[in-house]
Amino acid sequence: MASYIGSATSRIDGRAKVTGEARYAGEFNVPGLVHGYVVESAIPKGRVVGIDTSGALEVDGVIDVLTHRNRPPMADNDDAYKDEVATEKGSPYRPLYDDRILFGGQPLALVLAEDWESARVAASRVRIEYQKEPHVTDLHAQRDTAFAINTPEKPRGDAAKAFASAAVRHAAEYFIPTEHHNPMELFASTAIWDDGRLTVYDKTQGVQNVQQYLCGVFKMKPDAVRVMSPYMGGGFGAGLRPQYQVVLAVLGARALKRPVRVMLTRAQMYALGYRPATIERLALGANSGGTLDAMTHEAIAVTSQFEEFARNDVGWGNLLYKSPNAKFEHKLVKLDVPTSCDMRAPGAATGVYALECAMDELAVALKTDPVQLRLQCYSDRNQGEDIPYTSKQLRECYRQGAAAFGWDKRKAEPRSMRDGSELVGWGMASGVWEALQMPATVRIVLTANGHAEVATAASDIGTGTYTIMAQVAADMLGLPIDNISVKLGDSTLPQCPLEGGSWIASSVCNAIANTARAVRGDLLKLAKGMKDSPLADASVDEVALMDGKIVSKRDASRAVPIASAMHSGNAERITREEANKVAEDKSHARNVHSAVFAEVKVDEELGVIRVTRVVNAVAAGRILNLKTAHSQVMGGVVWGIGMALHEETLFDHRFGRVMNANIAEYHVPVNADVHDIEVIFVEEPDEIVNPLGIKGLGEIGIVGVAAAIANAVYHATGKRVRDLPITLDKVVQFN
Amino acid sequence: MTPFQYARANDVADAIKQIATDPSAKFIAGGTNLIDLIKYDVEGPTRLIDISHLPLRSVEPTSAGGVLIGAMVPNTDLAYHPMIEQRYPLLARAIMSGASQQLRNMASTGGNLVQRTRCFYFYDTTTPCNKREPGSGCSAIDGVNRINAILGTSEACIATHPSDMCVALAALEATVHVAGPAGTRTIALADFHRLPGNTPQRDTNLEPDEIITAIELPPQGFSANYSYLKIRDRLSYAFALVSVAAALELDGDTIKDARLALGGVAHKPWRSSAAETVLRGERANASAFARAADILLHGAKGYGHNNFKIGLARRAIMRTLAQAARGTPQSNSDKKIR
Repeated sequence: MASYIGSATSRIDGRAKVTGEARYAGEFNVPGLVHGYVVESAIPKGRVVGIDTSGALEVDGVIDVLTHRNRPPMADNDDAYKDEVATEKGSPYRPLYDDRILFGGQPLALVLAEDWESARVAASRVRIEYQKEPHVTDLHAQRDTAFAINTPEKPRGDAAKAFASAAVRHAAEYFIPTEHHNPMELFASTAIWDDGRLTVYDKTQGVQNVQQYLCGVFKMKPDAVRVMSPYMGGGFGAGLRPQYQVVLAVLGARALKRPVRVMLTRAQMYALGYRPATIERLALGANSGGTLDAMTHEAIAVTSQFEEFARNDVGWGNLLYKSPNAKFEHKLVKLDVPTSCDMRAPGAATGVYALECAMDELAVALKTDPVQLRLQCYSDRNQGEDIPYTSKQLRECYRQGAAAFGWDKRKAEPRSMRDGSELVGWGMASGVWEALQMPATVRIVLTANGHAEVATAASDIGTGTYTIMAQVAADMLGLPIDNISVKLGDSTLPQCPLEGGSWIASSVCNAIANTARAVRGDLLKLAKGMKDSPLADASVDEVALMDGKIVSKRDASRAVPIASAMHSGNAERITREEANKVAEDKSHARNVHSAVFAEVKVDEELGVIRVTRVVNAVAAGRILNLKTAHSQVMGGVVWGIGMALHEETLFDHRFGRVMNANIAEYHVPVNADVHDIEVIFVEEPDEIVNPLGIKGLGEIGIVGVAAAIANAVYHATGKRVRDLPITLDKVVQFN
Repeated sequence: MTPFQYARANDVADAIKQIATDPSAKFIAGGTNLIDLIKYDVEGPTRLIDISHLPLRSVEPTSAGGVLIGAMVPNTDLAYHPMIEQRYPLLARAIMSGASQQLRNMASTGGNLVQRTRCFYFYDTTTPCNKREPGSGCSAIDGVNRINAILGTSEACIATHPSDMCVALAALEATVHVAGPAGTRTIALADFHRLPGNTPQRDTNLEPDEIITAIELPPQGFSANYSYLKIRDRLSYAFALVSVAAALELDGDTIKDARLALGGVAHKPWRSSAAETVLRGERANASAFARAADILLHGAKGYGHNNFKIGLARRAIMRTLAQAARGTPQSNSDKKIR
């Protein structure tokens, strides 16, 4: 039956995007639109003792300058500012709330003008007087202040003792610097105030999250606030929490009673969330046979002074490797910076990087092939919970990935492979992420002309959600995909969680299946009501919708066209709304896995690194769309190259400021840095994880990539670089 | 940002006249650097005089056997010009290793010479910077200085000149033609950019009321034995950590003439006649290249994050000279360094 599911269907929104018909949060023009420009704090900590806006107000076209002193009223309690993904502990940042400065780049004023350039000019004429306070922005310098937080991973046995008596030991620290998301689309919000009702176009991964947040911050009733985000030019986690520009846009709109747009500049986006700089310490002890006896993983990560953000960095070893003794610890250091946040595969991108580099070092110490070591330590059960997986084809990922890469031709000795002036290195790593499902509701409206509209409040952040939803709906309703329209990104649509954690595909598609089943039931009822109905004695599970017909699964000749059934019952449309069923079942672990193989070529004298080949073999349940899935994983690999070699937010700790707040100096890979990337999807049927066997693909593509490259650099050069990014001066000793 | 008026100059004389009447005016050609600087509040001209339409777009042979390049020739057009590709491939390669295709399409030859440093602190108006605000101090000396200079620095400034094109022009001994109220004059490229000294706010010896009209290349283009090698933190679209322009005239394997210039290491393209002299008459081999490198890097000083540049530059010089001697210049499409 599945003719669309699993196929390489092109994006149904592709045409709208390439023609410019697709509009983004900063592109909704309304009559009388006012443009806001943000004035940021020049210092990272202290108080505002004076703001002189007179110079700004003199600029032609400027309407007003909002500060904490003259802004419209906002809620004064923390709960009002807690969105769906706010940290459990702490006080969420309140934009333009009071005179306190909590981080560099914090918005302190909003210039409102008739046009963008006037607002920008005026912003440079706002004079702010500060009372500075001592600040801290350096994780390494503040390391002693780290405090432990609760992690779900419980210790087993005595890891320290087992490590001490292990035949082969490896212990080391790894470091990942602060990284920023840098989505192509700038953060923007357009707020339209209309007599007590608020409509907001926002760049967000969760329209209902923003809607609920704005209701709290501005004490508004839910039906008075509508948030829309039909398209998004990249989110990567930066758009999970409501960002400050949406509050500023609404403040402006309320103050002026006019529509207001606030669009951030690239530089201003470096004062939003980020992947926290993290120190990871691994201690692995193995017996002489090459299996793990002891595994200790500790992380120290950055958060703000006012919230405690943390993700699972340290628990991934429990999912990959057997070890009778294990200990996990996650610590935080509070700095005078914005709160860190989710960024693609939060916790795993960093934690698995360290774990998989440590495993590589252990393999070297054991004189064992890195793939072989992983197979020796392979765990068929989640070690922490001691439960099996719904499915785990990681062995097959290793096998297929290694075969495609040609791993068997690898010479074990570092510096043993060469291509002219370049040293060649082959490295590998495992990847792991969660296969989550969240409650979601989908509405289907089927009309008698054979068209269906499928709607939920999800956001398509560029991953292809529109397309996979249309594919699943087309198959479930037995209609051509061109007859399906998908509506997303509107808070008034049926409930849907944030687009994050790789859970949207499984959540929404299973909800579509349930809703389609309800539609099928309605159609069957109508068909049964027809004279001499060939489906008179059929039950809903005995029929399917195919080729525009309701068809008996037992006897395909017994069928009723959908249109006939609806006409006979005088039904112009069938509207159904159902949710997915999120399993409470804790008897199985739900994860996706990957094996990443990388080839680097390193100029022996100059240290210049080229990543010439990457193979990423992924087992992630049912793949809904080979084309978008391939792009998704390929994008993850590219980002992994950046994480390994390029990305680093540079701070000058004296000033507490980001010094490379632009995409010329904050390096991400360009085409020249990216060569052959092969993506393999390993078959992984899974009837336990959810009815459609979907596991999600958003995060897994990046996990393990930086480790595979770092391990390849070691294999090429014999030099182990443990702090990212691996720049040429870390590989070669020049002086 | 400061609002500005816009005016178009009709010819060179008109441009000179317009700039003379308004000391806070600036010329704009491609705008690939100036517009950024205006947005960042680093520059605040109240008047932009658009010189992009001036009739300075030709690339023509000179009677002396060289080539005269109009100041408004876009970087892309220059790099792909048959005369440049054939006779001065070092210049073509250097241009193509800079910026991105879109930027090269917009950027002019004259503008490339007067682009300003990429020092992080120059762009961040909340931090002290002597180049941006004389007397305020240099934040880079004790700050994030991975991209900063190791040669010709002063206590006031350790910024680098970011151009690739100028490194090749320095090696080729180009001459800058300028025009001003007092008439025209020429400046050797070596004398065009300044060292920071106590006046880092002045990047060049061009007077504020002067305009660049052309770049002249001498006849010798070193088209047989040359290479431009740019080392950076990613393989394209990044400024040089170190770049090397090397050009040799060989007689067998004996060096008759040599040119050597560095980018990414100083406030100007870095050359030393002594380093070139030591190569002349020598066999083109590693020991000769090492001697030249040592002379060219004499007095180099690191400031912490950029210490590695000294050793990197030495190896890059040797590699580039070897590429030039072999007649196998560094390719821009294949990033492998042979």
